[in-house]
This record gives sequence, C-alpha cells and structure tokens, in this order.
Amino acid sequence: MLRQNLEELRGKALQAVRDARDAAALETIRVGFLGKKGELTAILKRMGSLSPDERPSVGAFANDVRAAVESALESASGRIAEKELERRLAEETVDVTLPGNPFRAGRRHPMQTVLDDVTKIFLGMGFSVAEGPEVETTYYCFDALNHSPDHPARDPQDTFYFDDETILRTQTSSVQIRVMEKEKPPIRIISPGRTYRKDEIDATHSAHFHQIEGLAVDKGITMADLKGALHTMMTGLYGSGVKLRFRPHHFPYTEPSAEVDLQCFACQGKGCRMCKDEGWIEMLGSGMVHPAVLERCGVDPDVYSGFAFGVGIERLTLMRYKINDMRLLYENDVRFLRQF
Amino acid sequence: MKCSYNWLKEYIPLDGVTPKELARALTMSGSKVESVTELGADIQNVVIGRVTAIGKHPDADRLFVCSVDTGDGTPKQIVTGANNVFAGAVVPVALDGALLPGGKKIKTGRMRGLESQGMLCSGDELGLDGHDQPGADADGILILDDTFTPGADAAEALMLRDTVLEFEITNNRPDCLSVIGIAREAAATLAAAGQDAGTVIGRPFSSGNGAGAQSGISGYLTVTVEDETLCPRYSARVVTDVVPGPSPLWMRRRLRACGVRPLGNIVDITNYVMLELGQPMHAFDHACLRDGRLVVRTARPGETLETLDGRARSLEPSMLVIADARDATAVAGVMGGAESEITEKTKTIVFESASFNGPSVRRTALSLAMRTDASSRFEKGLDPTATLPALERACQLVLELGSGEPVPGVIDVCAPLAPPVSVPFETARIERYLGVGIPNAGELLESLGFVIRDGSALVPSWRSDVSVWQDLAEEAARLHGYDKIPATLPPSKNQGWLTEAQALRARLNELCVSLGFFEMLTYSFIGPADFDAARFPADSPLRRAKTLRNPLGEEHSVMRTSLLPSLLEALSRNVAARNPDVRLYELGMVYTDEGEQLPRETRRLVLGGYGDDTDYFTLKGAVETLIGRFCRKRADFVRASGPAFHPGRCAEVMIRGRSAGLIGELHPTLLRGLPSGAAACELDAELLLELSQPDAKFVPMPRFPAVTRDIALICPAGTQAADVRGTIEKNGGHLLEECALFDVYEGKNLPDGARSLAYRLIFRAEDRTLTDGEAESAIQKILRKLHDGLGVTIRS
Repeated sequence: MLRQNLEELRGKALQAVRDARDAAALETIRVGFLGKKGELTAILKRMGSLSPDERPSVGAFANDVRAAVESALESASGRIAEKELERRLAEETVDVTLPGNPFRAGRRHPMQTVLDDVTKIFLGMGFSVAEGPEVETTYYCFDALNHSPDHPARDPQDTFYFDDETILRTQTSSVQIRVMEKEKPPIRIISPGRTYRKDEIDATHSAHFHQIEGLAVDKGITMADLKGALHTMMTGLYGSGVKLRFRPHHFPYTEPSAEVDLQCFACQGKGCRMCKDEGWIEMLGSGMVHPAVLERCGVDPDVYSGFAFGVGIERLTLMRYKINDMRLLYENDVRFLRQF
Repeated sequence: MKCSYNWLKEYIPLDGVTPKELARALTMSGSKVESVTELGADIQNVVIGRVTAIGKHPDADRLFVCSVDTGDGTPKQIVTGANNVFAGAVVPVALDGALLPGGKKIKTGRMRGLESQGMLCSGDELGLDGHDQPGADADGILILDDTFTPGADAAEALMLRDTVLEFEITNNRPDCLSVIGIAREAAATLAAAGQDAGTVIGRPFSSGNGAGAQSGISGYLTVTVEDETLCPRYSARVVTDVVPGPSPLWMRRRLRACGVRPLGNIVDITNYVMLELGQPMHAFDHACLRDGRLVVRTARPGETLETLDGRARSLEPSMLVIADARDATAVAGVMGGAESEITEKTKTIVFESASFNGPSVRRTALSLAMRTDASSRFEKGLDPTATLPALERACQLVLELGSGEPVPGVIDVCAPLAPPVSVPFETARIERYLGVGIPNAGELLESLGFVIRDGSALVPSWRSDVSVWQDLAEEAARLHGYDKIPATLPPSKNQGWLTEAQALRARLNELCVSLGFFEMLTYSFIGPADFDAARFPADSPLRRAKTLRNPLGEEHSVMRTSLLPSLLEALSRNVAARNPDVRLYELGMVYTDEGEQLPRETRRLVLGGYGDDTDYFTLKGAVETLIGRFCRKRADFVRASGPAFHPGRCAEVMIRGRSAGLIGELHPTLLRGLPSGAAACELDAELLLELSQPDAKFVPMPRFPAVTRDIALICPAGTQAADVRGTIEKNGGHLLEECALFDVYEGKNLPDGARSLAYRLIFRAEDRTLTDGEAESAIQKILRKLHDGLGVTIRS
C-alpha cells in the first residue's frame, strides 16, 4: 500500500518537475514533495504502521524515490537556470552600432612623428643626435660655414638679427661646427631643430621652420655615401618606391654640392600641378663638407672627408601626409592635430 | 635668368636637341631650368598680306572692305574697321582658323552682310608694343615695311617664334648669367653625353679698330679711377656719328625673349652685350660729360643724382659713382644718370665696360633700393678680363647696325690683374672623394675651359668660384652625372644612441600624449602684446626678453620667455574655431636673456585646455600622474598666485621640495570666449629631467591582509587638505600604507565654514597579520595630532 503510494508520488513528482517552467515552480515542487510538510514526509510518517519485515525495504524504496525526485529537481533546475540566463542575455541585447564611449588619447604633432622616424633611421645608421642653440652667433652660422663677409644670406632682409653678431640661426648647419670643434672624427650626427628665415608666412613658407642637419666625417667618406644615407632616409620615410635625383647646386659650405629632388608621388615624374609640372619636388640641400669648413674646425681635410645635408622637416611632413598648407602645422587647431 | 634658345643656337649646334631635352640636360649638370616657354606658339595661321584694293563698306559708314593678297593666289576679302589701311599696305592677316595671343580664334564670318575671310591685325592683337615693333602701338592695323613678303607666316617673319629657358643660376656662377655662359655649359654637358656641340670658349669679337693705340680716343675722353679697390678696371670706347633709331628686329626679339625691353639701338646694344657676354655696359652721351672727362670716385657728402628712372637719389660717401669733371653722372654698376642719357639728339657716345667691386655694388644697390640687371651681375663678382671683349662686341654691333662710327682705340684703366689660378688636379683623388670612377675627368674639365697640365688645372678667368681640388671634383662629377655616382652606406662601427636627456624627453612626450594631450608647435618669437595678454606685470622678469632688431612684425619680435602666451594663442585659435574640447601641450624652448651674447635656452613643458570636464582638478590629476610616473615622486601643490591664473585656483607645483612651476585655472579676463574651467600648467622641463626616475623600483605584493578604516574629519575653516593629509601620513607610522581622500562635505550639521573630509586609511604590516588594536592605536595617535595641530576633530 505504502509502496504503491510512494510509486504514485514518484510518478507525480517527476511529471511535475518535467512540467516546471521556472525556478519558483521547482521550489514549489520541492517543498510540496520533499518539504517538512511535503507529501513524501507525510508518507514516511506512516512508516510506523508497517511491519518490521516490510520497513527496511519500503524505507529503502522511499529513499530511492527521494533521490530520484531530488536528482530530477537538480537537473531541471540546471536546465531552467540556463534557459533563464539565455532569456536575460537576450533581454540585454544592445544596438552594437551605437558609438563607443569617448576615450581621450592625445597625439604627437605630425612633424614630430616624422622627426622621430627620421631620427630612428639615422640611429640605425650609427648617427647620434646633437643639439645646438637657436640664437646663434654669426660666426657659427656664417663665418665658420665659409660664407664670405658679403654673402647675401647674411642680409637683414633674409636673416633675423639681435645685434651685428647675434642672429636666429638660418640653418642647423651651425651645429656641425659646434660638434666638430668638440669632437674628433669619426663623427656621425644628425641635428634636428628650429631655424629661422625672414620669409613672409604663406602656404609654402614660414619664417620659422625645422631642419634636420646631418654630418658624417671620417676617413674615406665619399659622395656615394651621402647618396646612400639620403636614399636610406627617404626610403624609410616614403617606402621603397621612392626615386631620388641628385642635382648639382651651390652651397658655400659643401663642395661638391647637391640638391636632392624626390620624384613626385602624384604623377610619378610626368609633371602635374603638385610638382609645378617638373615631375620632381625639391627636398633638401647636401654635399661634401667644404675643406675650408673642416680646416676651420681643426679637422685635416687631407686625412678626413665628410658629407652634410640639411632637410626641412616641414616639407617632409607636407609630402608624407599630403598637407597642402604649411601654416596648418603651426595653427594647432585640434581638428588638424586629431588627424595624425 | 632667361635665355633665348635661338640665341644659344648661334653658339652651339643644337640640331636634334629639343629645348626640353636641353633643359633637362642642363638641369642635371648644374644649370637648373625653372621653366621652358615657347614664344609665338599662341600665334597660328597669321600670314603677311598686302592690301591690293580698299573700298567703303556699302552698308556701314565705319567699315572698309579690303582685297588682300596673302600669297596663295586667291585674294581674300576682309572687312576692317581700322582707318589706317591703304592700298599697298603690308599687314599681318589672321586667316580663317587663326589663333591669336590670349586664345582668341578668328573665323570667316559676315560683317554687315559682307563676308570677311579673316582679320587684319593690330600690333596689340599680336602681343606687340611700340618697343617690340615700331608702329605697333599706333591706333589701327600694324603696317609693315615692304621687306615682308605676302604669304609668309607672320610669326616667323616677325621673328616671334623662339623658346625661352629660364634658369636658376646659383650665386657662385655669375658667368652663367649670359648666353655665352649657358652655351659653354651646354656644350660641355652635351659633349659629356657624347654629342658634338662644337666649341664656344674663346670666340673672338672684333670691331677692327679697338686694339691698342689711344690715338683717336684720347681726343675725346680721359678716364680717372680714384678708387682702384672699388673699380679694378674701367674700359671705355667712343662712338661718333651716332644714328639714333630702333635696333633691328632680331635684336629686339632677343632682348624681349630675355626679358629686356628694347629702347633704341645704342641702349639695346649695351643690353645685348650684357645678355650675351654677361658684362654689364653703359652708354653716356658724350656731349653731357663736362671736359670729356670721366672720374670714377666715391660720392661726395650730400651729392645727389637723378637716375635713368627719373628719381632723385641721395648718394652716400660709401657709394661709387661715375662723374664727369664736376658731378656724378652714374651710380657705378647700378644705374646711369638721367643727364647723360642717350637721346635722339645724341651724336657721340662713350661705352663703359668696367669691373666693379661686387659687395660694394650690392650694398649701394640695396641702400638705394634699386637692384638692376647690372648690379645683380656685378654683385657676384665678374671676370675683369671681360671688359675689353665686351667693348669690341659692342662696337662690332654698332658697325653691323650702322649705328655710328667707333673711334679708334680704347681707354683701359686697369689695376694689376691677378694671375690665373692653378689648382692641383689628380683624377684618382677625385674618384676616391666621389666614390665613382671618372677616368675622363681631365677631358671634362677641359671642355669647360680648364687647362690641364702637369697635375694641375688652370682655372679659366670667368670661373672665380674654383679654387680647391674639391671644386674640380664637383665640375667633373656634375658633367659625368651625379646620377652615375652609386649609393653606398658609410661604414659604421657604432650603433647610434640617444643621450639620456633625449631619451627622457621622448618619454615625457609619450606621457603627455598618453594623458590625452595633443602636441602643439608654436612660434618661438612672440610679441610684447602677448605679455600683456598673459597679464605679465610691467616689471615681470619674463618681459626681459631678447628682442629682434629686424622682426617680421611687432607680433613676432621677442623671443619667448614663457610658453603660456603660446598656449593662450593656440587656445584662442581653437576657441575661435569653436572646437569644443581641447587639450594641448608643448615641450618647447624658452630664451632667457642673462646679459650674455646668447640667451640661455631651456625647455619648459606647458599643458592646458578647456571644455569637457576640464578644470583645475582634472589638469592637476594629469600633472600628478605625469610627475608620478616621470619622477616617481608625488608632487605637492602649494597655494600660489600667478598673473595669468585665477587668484583662488592656482598652485605651485613642488617636486622634492623644489618649485617646478605653476598650475591653475586661467584668469577669466585672458581670453574672450574661453570656457570657465580652462586651465594651464607650465613646468620647468629641465627640472623634470633632473628629477626624473626612469626605472621603477619593484615592491613585492603584500603577503598579509590589511586593516582598512574610514574616518570623517571636521576641519575648521581654512584648513588645507594637504595639511590634513600631511599630518595623517607623518603620524601614521610605517604601518600606514595608504591614505586616500574619498569625500568632501560642506553644509548642514557642520560649524560655519568647516568642511568634512573623509579618508580611507589602509594599515598593513609587512611580516604579519595586523591586529585591530594596532590599527586603532595608530588612528588614535593620528586623531590626537590632527586635533592638537589643526583643530581637526572626528565626525561622529
């Protein structure tokens, strides 16, 4: 009788568990069958009416029933929890195309990025970075660089003067002299920095600009080395497709001197508006250090030779990012700065 | 400098070399061509015609109907409105389909019912003025003389077709400011490329009677040179029986192609010789030279001169002039005087061909603000041996043009000429220097006029720029071709390194960027008004700035002593652009005048911004993080004031007891439209570098649990948080691991002006689990000291 009751109970409980749809329903089932006032407990209370022979087997059976119901409850609860989680997660669905929360990150100025890149390239070639003053004497900026006393570059129309002998350096080449006065060859330096010329400020000119000077002095430095160094720099900056053109020019402090043109990216040298129909864009001045400059710095030009170059960082930057107006570099408008 | 391609062809055979090819070759050998312009290309299908008959238009009072022979056997009927046309007139005729300068196209059309098969052209319609073509500026059609044949292409017949190469000639090569100079370069360049270009060097000119004896000329002219330094050579010739008039067509066209306006035969000859040989010349009207004398001297104090351009010039005693027996009549090497100008009445002239000191000419031209074709050549230093050939060439042209009779003989006042320069020449050495083999270096030099002999090169007189063997290397290299030099890398034994300071600056930049700031680049020079704008007091040491003598403008005239004005400028630009949220920084140089020749250049770091959540505390947070990470040391902030800052929101930033700069919200009157909360901080970057601590020191993770206590403190009015914290930290002992403020409360339930500051204190021992009792006694000590020192009590 009791056994039969238990069997019925088991059948009912398992069915109820199968029918349960949420955790609350399961709890009700658990309390209803297994709780202190539950049906199983009620049946078990009637165990006393059984004969001692029957009691162990019915007791064991009752335990089996309890275990079966508990196990069913447990697995159902796992199943339901999983379902509930699924439902909750579904409710938590968001529009993934909404914008992310703003994350504030700063940027380097594009010119500094270019400068850093150039610096890395030259560090790799064994150059180090030298620095020198921006407010400079005419000696370091002109005399020591083999400019005649009447050289037009000294003209107050082109150069900013504080007094007759003090100027804003017009080129970073002054650092060459300061380095060669202090150090003995071999010398390999680049010297980035601000330079100043009295140009009216427009889309392609600034009274205030940046240059990177390069200088290598050693035994047996050749013009071919100059070409190789500059080629490495331009390839590093603009990729392996760059074409350079070395063109004879004149600077008082180099001999031979060369201007270096970069083949126009826009037209591949065919001529377009960007290169003013020339196919080439003038990038920098360079050459073999003039023996008079070496001598003045106490370097024997019969033993040592060297190359030097000076390149405008503005121009490198404009070319790299295809910026059409140099003034943007100094306006510090965040709409510009943000782009790099 | 502009150079006519047709003119060049007189000096070198350019068969098979187009102007563009020539331009490219010359660019690569050192004479950079800026532009190649085809002249006359804008005139097409215009021919010479002869008007055979002319009559009135039947239906129009002001029109004429012409029958014009254009050489093809079919007379053209052309209607014209001009009233200077007559039967027999030779005129330019634009035929059907013609193209005129300015892009104008001519088509057969009807005028008042009659067909017009083209157009008779005025000078203006062909782009000609009276200087180019006599009569071209007259009203009406350009009437030509009978030497023009009907049917001929008008642009050809009027010699309007040419190509102009415009060169950028470097300062060291004044010899290339001439047709002959370019021709020499072209010949050598083409020869180096294996093309036969003939020889240009040493082409002689002769007028037949210029040499030697001063027999004739001494009756007309005496020349005295008072200053041999400023005028090493003065050569002159006299021409009588001058027939003033226009120079011939070919000469006018060449002058024009080279950018010089034709003015009349004598002046045109002087300009022609200058363009051709590079030697500037001048012609004086002999009748205007008192006593037939020319004196080369410096100007007298107060002396004035009316120059050819009609302007009165005040001369200074440093300036060299050409004077007659009494007055200055030309500014030497710059411009002639109006008084002795060649006119239609001129009968006898003096040709001057001289050598003047370059720098002196340059200074004179600059101070008189009249840079001329002549002065720009002289200032670069010209070949003193060129004066006589130029005179010969001028007199030769006088004869050729029938413009006068050169008087036999030449006056040549000449200081001793320097001997030709000899430079050691060794091919192998040049090859080693360049890194390329140029076995024919000697030949290349010879093609430029060098004479190679016994291991040295004799430099031609026109190449004063060559003085050392490296110069020869350049000559050889540029003719051989820079593009044939290989690209190698200099052998390097060392890796390059940044110095410690350079590496630290890079790190500082990284930190600023990581904190959300955009790097700006601002001008190193600012204006005195920027000091005012930043509210620097009148006696501020920051106003003692290095000042430029010749600035671009007042606003760029002083070297900055602080980065704040630069930041303000950048912020104001962003405010003007309505950029809502801006954070900028710059690690830049300031220039401190300490009385030495050169100012002290030091780096400062400025950070600032506005908008979004920016205020004193956000910027302070950034600066705390920056210094915390860069110097690995907590910065202290001490109430301070600065002219540019909000008086109640400004602090001095202290690192290890040293002042690093100021931080604060910007004073509201600084910038119109600047949002409130805008803040800035300017730090001494050199100090940051000095105190930097690039490497972190590892601290092991704690092994024992901490005891955490929150305490709320009632702080009387005026108590500074830094003092409270200082007291807590000082008295917390080694067990106090952290003290963090987490709440600030002002208002109800507190005494007037008092604040409640709540701190979370974390206590921990390194070697054991701390007991509550230990933490409690530490807190008691802290509270006691807070009370005794600051009057701070615990809030219950």
